[in-house]
Amino acid sequence: MIATSTPRTATYDSVDEGSELPEVRSRIRRADLIRYCGASGDFNVIHWNERAALDAGLPDVIAHGMLTMAVAARIVTDWVGDPGAVAEYAVRFSRPVVVPDDEDGAELVVTARVAKKLPDHRVRVDIVVRSGADKVLSMARAVVALA
Amino acid sequence: MSLDPSFIGRTYPATEVYEVGREKIREFADAIGDPNPVYRDADAARAAGHPDVIAPPTFPIVITARVGEQVIFDPELGLDYTKVVHGQQRFVVTRPVRAGDRLTGVLTVDNIQAAAGNDLISTRVDLCTEDGEPVVTAYSMLVARGTSGELSTSAEPSS
Repeated sequence: MIATSTPRTATYDSVDEGSELPEVRSRIRRADLIRYCGASGDFNVIHWNERAALDAGLPDVIAHGMLTMAVAARIVTDWVGDPGAVAEYAVRFSRPVVVPDDEDGAELVVTARVAKKLPDHRVRVDIVVRSGADKVLSMARAVVALA
Repeated sequence: MSLDPSFIGRTYPATEVYEVGREKIREFADAIGDPNPVYRDADAARAAGHPDVIAPPTFPIVITARVGEQVIFDPELGLDYTKVVHGQQRFVVTRPVRAGDRLTGVLTVDNIQAAAGNDLISTRVDLCTEDGEPVVTAYSMLVARGTSGELSTSAEPSS
């Protein structure tokens, strides 16, 4: 999996409501799904077996929703610097991320903005994740404590 | 067949201890493609104010999904797991999970409902250290597609 972004640090005083976070792009290939199966313990066949995915009514093998959620979190954790600053993180899985059996796999494009400045140096960040034309996560939000 | 609503409100005994290992955290961070040093290097984690390497924000699912299996795979519930997709997930973090944590999970069934022909089950897992320190609460909503016997007359979207 290749993600393009570099860690940096945001501070409470330096951000405004509406501030955009640096975009994160990431590719998920079949091998990444196998690796996530092993690391997470989620071996559901629809994440590695095309025949099972088709039987389940899916167009092809799909990524674990939790892998998409993990990849999307990085837009916030890279921005804030310390992932331990994440106080809350929630998503709805609105569309599956279809991962074809080829070199390119699926691309995730993650964008986010500061939706609200909260008390105690916390901010709510709203995240959008797209794969191709599909918005694959909806209502994706993180609450993080900034320096 | 709809799910048995008598499961709503049910709470399960605390699960056996899961000990969080540094190499498990590294393996998980590798699998999600995140090179952040606080997931791998204890010195980097200490520099960020943590006693040891911490785990990525979604790592708790490794533990809480297993805790949730107590109800998900209970035949009395009536859930057809072959039809199940993940609908929603939320983590509320008291402090990040870190290497050396010895965690136990308490599972509660928050809600069961049928909507648009689907069966929905919402669960909560409270993860604490074995000494009782709260760490993370994980809220999960699973959807069994097309398994509800009810007609699809609800206006609610099928996620």
